[in-house]
Amino acid sequence: MLNKYPLWKTLMVLFIVAIGAIYALPNLYPEDPAVQVSGLRGIETTAATLDTVKSHLDENKISYASISMEGGQILARFKDTEQQLRARDLLDDSIGDQYSVALNLTPATPQWLASIGGTPMKLGLDLSGGVSFLMEVNMQEAIVKVQKSLVDDFRTGLRTENIRYRSVKQVNDAINIQFRNAEDLANAESFLEKQNRDLLFSSDESNLTLSAKMSEQKLKETREYALQQNITIIRNRVNELGVAEPLVQRQGKKHIVIELPGVQDTAKAKEILSATATIEFRLVDTEGDLSAALNGRVPGSSQLLKERSGQPVLLKKRVMLTGDHIVDAGSSFDEYSRPQVNITLDSAGGNKMSNSTKSNIGKPMATVFIEFKPTNRVDAQGNTIFEKVEEVISVATIQARLGKTFRITGAGSQAEAHNLALLLRAGALVAPIQIVEERTVGPTLGAENVQLGFQAIMLGFALVFAFMLIYYRAFGVVANLGLGANLVLIIGVMSMIPGAALTLPGMAGIVLTVGMAVDANVLIFERIREEMRAGKSIQQSIHQGYDAAFSTIIDANITTLIAALILFAVGTGPIKGFAITLSIGIITSMFTAVVGTRTVVNAVWGGKRLDKLSI
Amino acid sequence: MQILQLKNTVAFMSYRKAALLLSLVLMLASVFSLATNKLNFGLDFTGGTLIEIGFDKTADLNKIREIMDTNGFDDAVVKFYGSSRDVVIRLATREDVKAEMLGNQVLDILQSGTGETIDMRRIEFVGASVGDELAEQGGLAMLTALICILVYVAFRFEWRFALGSVFALFHDVLLTLGLFSVLQLEFDLTVLAAILAVIGYSLNDTIVVSDRIRENFRKVRVGGAEEIINISLTQTLSRTVITSITTLLVLAALFFKGGALIHGFATALLLGVFVGTYSSVYVASSVALALGISKEDLIPEVIEKEGADQDEMMP
Repeated sequence: MLNKYPLWKTLMVLFIVAIGAIYALPNLYPEDPAVQVSGLRGIETTAATLDTVKSHLDENKISYASISMEGGQILARFKDTEQQLRARDLLDDSIGDQYSVALNLTPATPQWLASIGGTPMKLGLDLSGGVSFLMEVNMQEAIVKVQKSLVDDFRTGLRTENIRYRSVKQVNDAINIQFRNAEDLANAESFLEKQNRDLLFSSDESNLTLSAKMSEQKLKETREYALQQNITIIRNRVNELGVAEPLVQRQGKKHIVIELPGVQDTAKAKEILSATATIEFRLVDTEGDLSAALNGRVPGSSQLLKERSGQPVLLKKRVMLTGDHIVDAGSSFDEYSRPQVNITLDSAGGNKMSNSTKSNIGKPMATVFIEFKPTNRVDAQGNTIFEKVEEVISVATIQARLGKTFRITGAGSQAEAHNLALLLRAGALVAPIQIVEERTVGPTLGAENVQLGFQAIMLGFALVFAFMLIYYRAFGVVANLGLGANLVLIIGVMSMIPGAALTLPGMAGIVLTVGMAVDANVLIFERIREEMRAGKSIQQSIHQGYDAAFSTIIDANITTLIAALILFAVGTGPIKGFAITLSIGIITSMFTAVVGTRTVVNAVWGGKRLDKLSI
Repeated sequence: MQILQLKNTVAFMSYRKAALLLSLVLMLASVFSLATNKLNFGLDFTGGTLIEIGFDKTADLNKIREIMDTNGFDDAVVKFYGSSRDVVIRLATREDVKAEMLGNQVLDILQSGTGETIDMRRIEFVGASVGDELAEQGGLAMLTALICILVYVAFRFEWRFALGSVFALFHDVLLTLGLFSVLQLEFDLTVLAAILAVIGYSLNDTIVVSDRIRENFRKVRVGGAEEIINISLTQTLSRTVITSITTLLVLAALFFKGGALIHGFATALLLGVFVGTYSSVYVASSVALALGISKEDLIPEVIEKEGADQDEMMP
C-alpha cells in the first residue's frame, strides 16, 4: 500500500519531537532571584560556609526559598528581589572580603527536568544586558621583554664563563654580541648554543659578532604564554567582580573576550580589569613584639599584616624584591613530594635577591600580595577610590642564599601552591593588555530587545501560518504542524547546546528560518499539485511529490548551511548567534518539513483510496 | 488556492538579452556608486565610540549637540534612533581620552548638561585596528562562502550551472551593496550577516531551478536547451513566488517589529530577496545557457535502461 509508514518510523518521529519539546520546556519556567556565593582566591566554599551564610540570613530575618551547594558555589534563592538585594548587601558586608557575592537569576527548572540536564537557553548580552570587552594582548611587548631578559642572561652567562665581549645589544628582533677576537666568538657560540636550545645563533667572523634570534617555536610559545597568563589574571579579577556567569575566553591569536552579563557599572568593571597587582618579598620582623604590635605599638621600621588565615604577622617595611622581577612561577613537588612553588627571576632580580638573602639565612621571609581594589566610595571628581590591600600569602624560611631561581615550600596543599604560583605571575604581566572593543547594553534595552524579538517571531509565524492555511488548506495545516515542531526543536536544541546563546540577530535567524523552512513544503506541495494535474492518482502524486522534491531540498539546504557555517566560523558575538540559530534551523527544518510532515500526511491520507485532496 | 495558473510555457529566455543588459547596467551602477559614494560603514568597521541614550520625553537634539560642542566633542554625530526619545551619538576615536572611558565620560557630561535623567541604553567602543580586522574577515567570509558553494554546485551539478549560480550570487551581493551605497544606509556587522543570508536564500532559489532544468533535460525529449529552461522556469515559478512571499512576510515582521537594531539586517534581506528572486530566474539560467549548456552535459553517459525514466512502482 502506498504512503504508509511502518509504526516504528512514526514513533521515532514522535520521539524526536518529544525529546525536543522536553528540552525546550525549561524555557517556560520563570527565574528565581538568587544570590550566589563563591570563594575568592583559592578559598573554597564548604559546608561550614553554607552554615555561616544560613546563620547570617536567619539572624537578620531574611527569608529564603532554598539554599544549597551547587557546583562549588552556594546558591540561595529568594521569593522576591527585595529579599535578594537585602541578602546580597548583608552577605557582602559580612563575608565579602573572602567570598564573591553576586546577584543571579536562577532558572526555576523543576528537579526532574534539571536531573536530565534540562536548562533554559542562555541569553546573549544584547538580550540580558551587560558588557562585553575584547582585549588585545600586546605581543610585541611580550617578545621585547623576553629579549631584554635574554640580553641580561647573555651578559651574566658570558661573565661567569670568563668570555670577554665588547657589547650585548638588542637590535630589531635579534640580539647581537660583539667580541674582540675570533676565539671568544667561537667559545661564546658553543657555550650559548648549549644553554639556549630554543634560539637560533648565527656568527659573523669578519665583524666578530654573534647574533641570536628566537626560533619560530620560541616566539609561538612566548605569545601563547602571554595570552594564557593574561587570561588567568583576568579570570581572577573577573571573579572579584561578583558577576554571576562571567565568560573569559580566548579569541584568535591575541584577543580575549570577556562577557559580564548584568553588569551596568562599566567604569568599575574596566578599572578592575585594568587594575594592577604586585608582589613583594619582605623579611619577617622576628625581633619585634607581636603582641605589643597587636595592641597598637608597632615598631617604626615594621608593619603589621595578616595572613590569609587571619594570623597576624609583623613584617619589616624594607622590600627585598618586587614582583616585576619575576619572570616565571610554577608549582611542582619537592623531593619529599610536598608541594612547592618554583620562581624564576630576571638577572637584576637574581642579584638583588642574592644580596639581600646572604645575611639572612635561617630567617623567615614573607610574600606579600598587593592589590588595588576599588571601594564603593568616590572622590570629589567622581572617580572610584582604590584601596591598597596587602595580604601575606606565604611565610617561608630562607634555607640558603637565593639566586635567580628559588623555591618556596610549605605553601600548604598542592592547590594552594598552584594558586600561589598564579598570584606570583600576576605580579608580573609579561604583556600589557588593552581594551580594543567594548559593547555595553543597558538593562532596559536588553529587556526591550527580548520583547521585540519575541513579537517579531510571533508575527512572522502568524503571517506564514495564515498564508499556508489559505493557500494549501488541509496540507497547509500539515505544513504549519511541521513549522511548530521546527520551532520547538530549534529551542530544544539551543537549550541543549551548552555554549549557544540566544541573541537578537539569533532571533532574527529563527524568524528567517520560519520563512525559509516552509520552502521545503512549498516545493513538495507544488510538486504534488503538478503530478495531480498530470493525471496521476492521488496516492501516486503524494509519493512522487515527496520523492522528486527530496534531492532538491537537500541540495538547497546544504548550500545554505555552507553559508551559515562560514558565518559561524568568522562571526563573533551576536553574529555567531545568528549563525547558530540559522544552522540549527536549517537542519531541524529538513527533518520536520520532509520526514515530519510525511508522517502526518501518511497517517491521515495514506493507504486509502482518495478522489480528492485538500491541497 | 492558486496564485499563478499557467497553462502555457512562458518564454522567459526570449527576454534574456534584455534582462542580462538590465543586470549589467545595474551592476555597473552599483560599482560606480560603491566607488564614488562608498558604503556608509557602521561603527563595527570604522572604529570609534557610539552611545545610545534614552530620554523620558522627546529629546532636544540641538541642545545635545550644543552640550557636546562646548565640551570639546565638536565631531559628535547626534541622531535619533528608532524613536524621538532615543538618541545615538557617534564619536571618532580620540587621542587625548582613553577610548574605553569615553562613553562614560559623555554620559556624565550629558547627564549634568541636560539636567534630565538619562537612561544608558548602549555604549559601543571599537578600536580602529579591530574595525580593519572585522572588515577583512567579513570580505574573506564572503569569498570563502562563494568558493565553497561553487565547488559544491560544480560537484553536484555541472560547472556551467556552478558558474551560473555563483555569478547570480555575485550579482545579488553586488546589487544589495550597491543599493546600500546609493541609499547611504549604515553598513554594519548585522548587515554583513544578512548579506551572507541573502547568498543562502538566492542560492536556494537557483538550486531549485537548476535541479528542475537538469531533471527536464533528462525527461523531456523534445525541444532545445532554451525551451527546456523555459519549461523548467515555468514549472518552478509558482514555488519561487510563494517562497518569496513567505520570506517577505517574515522579513516584514522583522522590519516593522524587530526594532532599530535589526532594521539594517531586515532591509538588506528584503532587498536581497527581491534581487535574489529575479536573479534565480534570469541570471543563473541565462549564464548557464550562454555558456552553452546542452542535453549531453547532463545526461549520464551510461545508456539508459528501458523504462528508467518511467515512475518506479512501489513494491
